[in-house]
Amino acid sequence: MEKINFIFNNEAGLHARPAGELVKIASEFKSSIVMKKDGKCASAKGLFAIMGLSVKKGDKVEIEIEGEDEKQAKEAIKEFLEKNSAEIQTKD
Amino acid sequence: MVILKGKGIGESVSFGTLLINKKNFDNIPKYFHESFDLEKSRLEKALDSAIKENADMYKKTLEISGEKEAEIFEVHGMMIKDKDYRLSILNIIQNEKYNCEYAVYKASKKFHEMFLNLDDEYMRSRAADVKDICLNILKYLTDEIDGKKEEPKIDSKVIVFSDDLMPSEVSNADKNLISGYILSGGSECSHASILARLSNIPMVLGIGEHIKPEYDGMDVAIDSGEGKVYISPDTDTVKMLKRKEKQYVKKHESLNSLKGKENITLDGYKINIYANINNDFQIDEVLNSDAGGIGLFRSEFLYLNRDTYPTEEEQFETYKKIAEKMGGNKVIIRTLDIGSDKSADYFEFPEEINPAMGYRGVRVCLDRPEILITQLRAIYRASNYGNISIMFPMIISETEVKTLKAMAAKVREDLKKENIPFSEDVEIGIMVETPAAALISDILASEVDFFSIGTNDLTQYTLAIDRQNSKVNQFFDSHHKSILRMIKLIVDNAHKHGIWAGICGEMSSDESLTEVFLAMGVDELSMPSSSILKIRKKVLETDVGKIKNKIFKKFFK
Repeated sequence: MEKINFIFNNEAGLHARPAGELVKIASEFKSSIVMKKDGKCASAKGLFAIMGLSVKKGDKVEIEIEGEDEKQAKEAIKEFLEKNSAEIQTKD
Repeated sequence: MVILKGKGIGESVSFGTLLINKKNFDNIPKYFHESFDLEKSRLEKALDSAIKENADMYKKTLEISGEKEAEIFEVHGMMIKDKDYRLSILNIIQNEKYNCEYAVYKASKKFHEMFLNLDDEYMRSRAADVKDICLNILKYLTDEIDGKKEEPKIDSKVIVFSDDLMPSEVSNADKNLISGYILSGGSECSHASILARLSNIPMVLGIGEHIKPEYDGMDVAIDSGEGKVYISPDTDTVKMLKRKEKQYVKKHESLNSLKGKENITLDGYKINIYANINNDFQIDEVLNSDAGGIGLFRSEFLYLNRDTYPTEEEQFETYKKIAEKMGGNKVIIRTLDIGSDKSADYFEFPEEINPAMGYRGVRVCLDRPEILITQLRAIYRASNYGNISIMFPMIISETEVKTLKAMAAKVREDLKKENIPFSEDVEIGIMVETPAAALISDILASEVDFFSIGTNDLTQYTLAIDRQNSKVNQFFDSHHKSILRMIKLIVDNAHKHGIWAGICGEMSSDESLTEVFLAMGVDELSMPSSSILKIRKKVLETDVGKIKNKIFKKFFK
């Protein structure tokens, strides 16, 4: 299983548009991709699910990726996060 | 002819045939289906059509209005395509055996509620988008049943009456066909209203249930500047409105040329024109409107739609950002004005029969001083980064003011001890919005640095008319002599004690009162950003010396 921990720093939060982009990226992979925030979980493949987490600036989020293409998925999602001013934490 | 009054968006006149287009979720067909496969294929077809429509709308809006306005359709498209959404609908069809329409409605309702319960303003607004896509999909399901598209045959321009409006309807509107909107509900801040303003389609909101079914197809005219709707206007009215239309056009052209000018009358009397804001996002609009400052920053948004009190740090960051963005211009922060009618759960307010006269405004802060202390600390800390003033709402007595000032003094003292910098020049003022405060304004004036007259509440309390209650609208008179006399009394008392007095209620942007306020010697008017240039123009055209006597005779003799 791969994990990404990050703090979301985008001023507007993870609003509809970037959330949609993340869904698109996540849906390209077979692995299960789950976002966790404040004890709530959501599949990164669902727009409503992600938006339901209401990720705002400064929020700590964890993404767990599990499946045959988890490594590739992690790289693609990391790239997306960096583009959307998320601060990726190197250590757990 | 019937004349109805609501709240206008924009300033223009339009004529057309009334088209009553009431749509809601009341008449959604609900039955148990006999074939899952049939319902499923109906759903797929409707979803495909809705996705296609959204893509078209996105392209069209992108070309006409640009990226920002088009984004909403991209979001709607993504929502309709969402797997979870589709699955929820299919689940209801499969497990609960409901027909497609009802399943779409039920699934959408779930997501609608999910968004409504989120702790973020932006996310909460997405609830309207879910409603939007739901109606959109339902439209295709209904069309299919009827076997035809229910487009009314239109040979002249129509003015549409409906309960509320979706952003897509405004963007979708063919301006050659639809010349305006009348809504029974609606909100000035809604996405649809903003789009209407941007695309210059006149709209009148909050007309209530006064549009009767028999008005359908009649000639109507709307004057959004006045917020008026005329049902079958007579020839004189039409003539009057045509003249008005020309005036509006001329006015808009001249308004934009006023940016950068001072607010000074023909005979040299200056008045400050400031902006009212409800949240930090509105700052850019304020700067664009050329406002001289912020006369009323309603700090409530910091407290609403969340689960806990905002921390000192959070508040400080917001106040600092606003103070910095406004440069050296004044930013008057009104301390928390919240009550049982507008609150968040964590306040644990009791239910009240009459919240307007209940536990609200500064009463809450005097009762729970820790809330105010936190806010005052944040405000004082931010004062180091700009020109901030503090204003207390809902004052009725001298004792309240003295207590609040003592709390502010204590906060300053603490900050000094902690070596935290703040400005020594923070003015402390009060809202004068109760008849009590107005009548003792001579006493209160010696305690504070300024008055800001909150005309909305002052009017409601003086006339004993609830502005939210449309049943008593007909008795409401915003120009009632009692209010104007009270304002004059407050301003006179302020000046006698060497402090300034402004007006921050709705009356401040009422052009027909600008002369009256100038004649009274009001020092400041604070209003929505969209009204600033309009009032500046009025000030520039006024000769106080010439009108003063006439006005005083009319209202005060």
